[in-house]
Amino acid sequence: MKQDNQISTNFNVLGIDVGGTFTDLIYVDKENNIIEFTKVPTSPKNQAFGVMDAIRKADLKLDQVKLIVHGTTTTTNALLERKLSKTGLITTKGFKDVIELGRRTRPNSYGMHGKFVPIISRDLRFEVSERVDAKGNVITPLNEIEVKKNAEKLLELGCESIVIHFLHSYANNNHELRAFEIISESWPNNYITMGHSLLSENREYERGVTAAINASVQPILEKYLRKLENELSISNYKNELLVMNGNGGTISSKMVVNEAAKTVMSGPASGVIAAAHTGQSTGINNIITYDMGGTSTDVALIIGNQPSVSSDLEVEYGMPVHVPMVDVRTVGAGGGSIAKLNLAGLLEVGPESAGSFPGPICYGNGGTIPTISDANLLLGRLNISKIISDKNKVSIVDIKKIFLKKLSKSLHLDEIKTAEAVIKIANTKMAGAIRMVSISLGVDPRDFTLFAFGGAGPLHASALAKELGIPKVLVPARPGITNALGCVVADLRQDFTNTLNTPIDKVNILDLHSLFEEQEKKGVELIKKQGLKLTRISSNFSLDMQFIGQTHILRIYLPNSYPDLDYLQKSFEKSYLNRFKVKLSEIKANIVNVNTTIQGHKAPFDISLLNNKLDKRLDLDDALLEYRNVYFKDKFLNTPIYSRDRMPFEFQMKGPAIIEQMDTTTLIEPDDKLYGDYLGNMFIEVGDFS
Amino acid sequence: MTIDKITLSVIQAGLQQVCDEMDLSFSRAAFSPVISEANDRSDGIYAADNGDLIAQGIGGLPVFVGTMEYSTRELIRLINEGKVDRPNEKDIYIVNDPYIGGTHLMDVRFVKPYFRKGKIFCWLSNTGHWPDIGGSVPGGFSASATAVEQEGLRLPPVKLFKKGRLDNEIYSIICSNIRVADQRIGDVKAQEAALLVGEERLNFLLDKYGDEVVQNSISFLRQTACNQMKSFIQEIPNGVYKSSAWVDSDGVINEPLEIKLVITKKDEELEFDFSGSSKPCKGPMNSVLATTLSSVYLAIRHIFPEVPINGGAFIPLKVKRPLNTFLDAHYPRPVSGCAAEVSQRIAEAIFIALVEVLPSRVTAAPAGTSGNFALGGFNEESNSDFVMYQLSGGGYGGNADHDGLANGCSTIGISKAPPVEIMEQKFPVLYHHYALHEGSGGAGKQRGGFGLDYKLEILCKNAQASFVMDHGRYGPQGVMGGMDGQVNVVNVDQSNKVYTPIHLSKEQDIQLTKGDTVHVKTPGGGGYGSPYDRDELLVLQDVKEKKYSIKEAIELFGVSIKENDLKINQKETKLLRQKK
Repeated sequence: MKQDNQISTNFNVLGIDVGGTFTDLIYVDKENNIIEFTKVPTSPKNQAFGVMDAIRKADLKLDQVKLIVHGTTTTTNALLERKLSKTGLITTKGFKDVIELGRRTRPNSYGMHGKFVPIISRDLRFEVSERVDAKGNVITPLNEIEVKKNAEKLLELGCESIVIHFLHSYANNNHELRAFEIISESWPNNYITMGHSLLSENREYERGVTAAINASVQPILEKYLRKLENELSISNYKNELLVMNGNGGTISSKMVVNEAAKTVMSGPASGVIAAAHTGQSTGINNIITYDMGGTSTDVALIIGNQPSVSSDLEVEYGMPVHVPMVDVRTVGAGGGSIAKLNLAGLLEVGPESAGSFPGPICYGNGGTIPTISDANLLLGRLNISKIISDKNKVSIVDIKKIFLKKLSKSLHLDEIKTAEAVIKIANTKMAGAIRMVSISLGVDPRDFTLFAFGGAGPLHASALAKELGIPKVLVPARPGITNALGCVVADLRQDFTNTLNTPIDKVNILDLHSLFEEQEKKGVELIKKQGLKLTRISSNFSLDMQFIGQTHILRIYLPNSYPDLDYLQKSFEKSYLNRFKVKLSEIKANIVNVNTTIQGHKAPFDISLLNNKLDKRLDLDDALLEYRNVYFKDKFLNTPIYSRDRMPFEFQMKGPAIIEQMDTTTLIEPDDKLYGDYLGNMFIEVGDFS
Repeated sequence: MTIDKITLSVIQAGLQQVCDEMDLSFSRAAFSPVISEANDRSDGIYAADNGDLIAQGIGGLPVFVGTMEYSTRELIRLINEGKVDRPNEKDIYIVNDPYIGGTHLMDVRFVKPYFRKGKIFCWLSNTGHWPDIGGSVPGGFSASATAVEQEGLRLPPVKLFKKGRLDNEIYSIICSNIRVADQRIGDVKAQEAALLVGEERLNFLLDKYGDEVVQNSISFLRQTACNQMKSFIQEIPNGVYKSSAWVDSDGVINEPLEIKLVITKKDEELEFDFSGSSKPCKGPMNSVLATTLSSVYLAIRHIFPEVPINGGAFIPLKVKRPLNTFLDAHYPRPVSGCAAEVSQRIAEAIFIALVEVLPSRVTAAPAGTSGNFALGGFNEESNSDFVMYQLSGGGYGGNADHDGLANGCSTIGISKAPPVEIMEQKFPVLYHHYALHEGSGGAGKQRGGFGLDYKLEILCKNAQASFVMDHGRYGPQGVMGGMDGQVNVVNVDQSNKVYTPIHLSKEQDIQLTKGDTVHVKTPGGGGYGSPYDRDELLVLQDVKEKKYSIKEAIELFGVSIKENDLKINQKETKLLRQKK
């Protein structure tokens, strides 16, 4: 890793993350000892209103703020709801249907139903004469007149953005560049995306869809950011606005629109970044992040402090976005997941959710279907007085009645046992999903620490860890606003990938070195251009490799940009043996992709600032709120309930216990041990109890 | 011993998880792209005494849903009859004989006894599609073999691993009989590794819940899956449901093969009677009984995907053995087309028979062919032989809710097709186009999806093209008044002379030279409901997108669209639609 030292700064950052339900804010001004947290409802129509609400509620003076980092789901929502701007396509003659045909798939293994709507409809996809072969040789020259005419036609048809996507442009991009020049002359805005510009990779469907998604969300993101910038400037904010990307890094709001596709799926990435930072601060390098919210659970892996990043994720069926993104997988289980009996009379939980309205029965909005949250309430794990308000007419008795009628009778269990079963089934399902994620990345979950956050994560974490054989759970200081913390701690980041696809014995090592240098130079330039004060700039180099004949790849991280070939072959063989327990010394290695990541680091953030030291008591007993009956296994135990805010930094205790705080509830099972560290994190050492 | 329902749910999920992890491990470690990318493999757990399916990975290739159960059963029978060596701990049997529970020869099964306290607790098995198994055609898909020996090496169940060690003698016999043998060791190890992973996970499950609890749960789960299937079957009124589906030809004799199906629904059971189907055929379109059964199971699972995959679900499905038809092939009938093509026609027959009584669960007929075009030859530029496969999708059937999907995967598969850019990188071909097969979706209230239309040029001096496709003679069937999808079309341009295979969708070793082209259009899906009931605006949108012509809009859908401004002529449309 190279380092480039620059001036360090005081820490003064405002992080605002927009989630599905809430907009979260954290502001840290170290110099003046200010720290603020706020949560307001998200304004779905224009997220800027929620952002400004949060700023007002936190009573911030924006002229004092040095930097704002913002996570937004504007592009994600536009894509999932298909509220995209009208986009046209110019492509190689004979290939306009590529982005509609896909790769010969169906949404589910079983069931012949399934819908797919391409990002750009066929009447807005135009072909031009041009052809490059797989080696990059021009077979048919670009017909420039056709390019011009077709672009004009698309403009007349009302297109706001345009995509130029030619076959084999990863091997030779001249035609795309020339078409770009021609179209730029008459196109009224900058929303022109070339296929090769986001990712120079050899799959025409994936590259084309990625480019189409980029173009069709550009105007939406731009309008949103300009609106937000305007609102901020009215409130006297004069400094830089950075936006979270799906790769877990940030980029200037002035530059983000160019590669708008990179913000799709930035939502869950920020939580993972916060987890990595928290892990690093406490010396924990391998983490499984477990973010359980109202409707779903997000899971990601952090290996050696690096969040696992992938360039071949799909946003939904048939919708690949092939740009580097933190590899977050979603499981259909959240607090609002519905419990029901299937036709065979067996209990099932999720993936259907009661949503935020009417939501679980206990919300009192007229929900009448048992959910995970209701089950937690019946077991005494959630605090009834916190959920059930004056407006809420639902009582425990009502919830029990519904459980009895809908589930307990046919299961021949009482309501409490039923509630316990709902939790158990949900945990089995989440544990299975976590195992699949870790195995698909080639690691054993038992070597990891579970990082629990989100509204419901810390409530299920201990049981889940036992199910997975994970020895330790980390519950950060502010589990409910982890995504906003991700904004605060994220660094500037640029990723580059070039496809080489060459057997190792045919690689010219000097070419490889200069490719790394080129990528690095480009990245450093882009980072510096943003004009931010940084403590240092670092570069990471890696290769995606495989044995010749394989299709899956393994990423090899390099200590520098000038490895020799012998080193490459050896480190690949070593990683392969490590992962698949198989030695294949008779087969040669192949270098598939060449990757460089450049990060511009801000001053490191001290996570102990997340705690309000004035609330902390010296003695653990002073944090005790009450005793409550909580159900574990066979019986209700009289269980101490603590206030997280009042708990001292460093302490030790044994389960059972419940720790309550504004944004989440942590469950400590009997036989578990719990301790706190000097940064305000809590660790559960899970016992055998299950 | 009674087991509470919660433990049952947890053990069901646990067994499923074991299989899913085997599937994933197999794909991740495999070399052959057929397995690693196309997931042409499956992993499962089978009962110790009779081979009943206990659980199978959700991501396994659908057509293997019943074959591995059959083949494990046959293995147990052969062991009991003393014809196969008895199992020891850590042994792994290898078998690909189609007649004792297989598909085609390329699908190689590994079967491992899982021992617990010195006794067999269950069997772990997996199937992987090997890229070659010898025989007359590279890759194994002969269009005109007349005996199984021409199709490749046939392995009876033998122990490839003895007490954990690879038997190098058997392995070297295999390697001497197949092409590209040097990379097979990677796949063999991947296939073994998947079984080892399964063993480890199963140990964990049994240790946690106890052998007896798991064993009893397995019996209960079998019963609940059976009950679940029965309750779905009860949605169907008692009665007799008939259908037919046709395979273009067997590749040797140019006559259609008929699958004639009579389904009798009585109370909780469905009986499938194929006895009126065509006689065993000369070419490779015979289906072995295991594949015929598996095709029934997978079609029903497409209809009721909620039922977990375990042997209990098959109990209410009674398939009469279709003796003396091409759906019950015996040695030495050639069978290479059974897994990829005949199985899909069996599924089509089932869809067509049941769609009227399950109108929201069943779709019109999908393209139902794997669209296998193989090109072999010598690549001067790389100075090496090559074998290329272009598998292609087709349109899915319209259904009660929406139009059929375009370019969907085969009914029995889940594999992706490779991108044009990768095909051109690897093989001496140049694609002229890769497009929607316009007009191919069968007209209907919900129309069929569109097939694929591609044309490619040969860039090397000599090559041989082979085709194993289907639906060239009759298109995928429309239902409830919907029309059939367009047929599969193959045209080969040899030095400016266009040649169409005599069997339309099947032919072997067509000689090609540089500059020749191959043009394939795959079938569209069948339509669902009367096309005259289709929303006019949807017809208009399809015309705007040139998916149908203005003429087709009038003739097929009774919608008149003005050529100058692409607006609907309401008056004429009304008239046209009244006439229906």
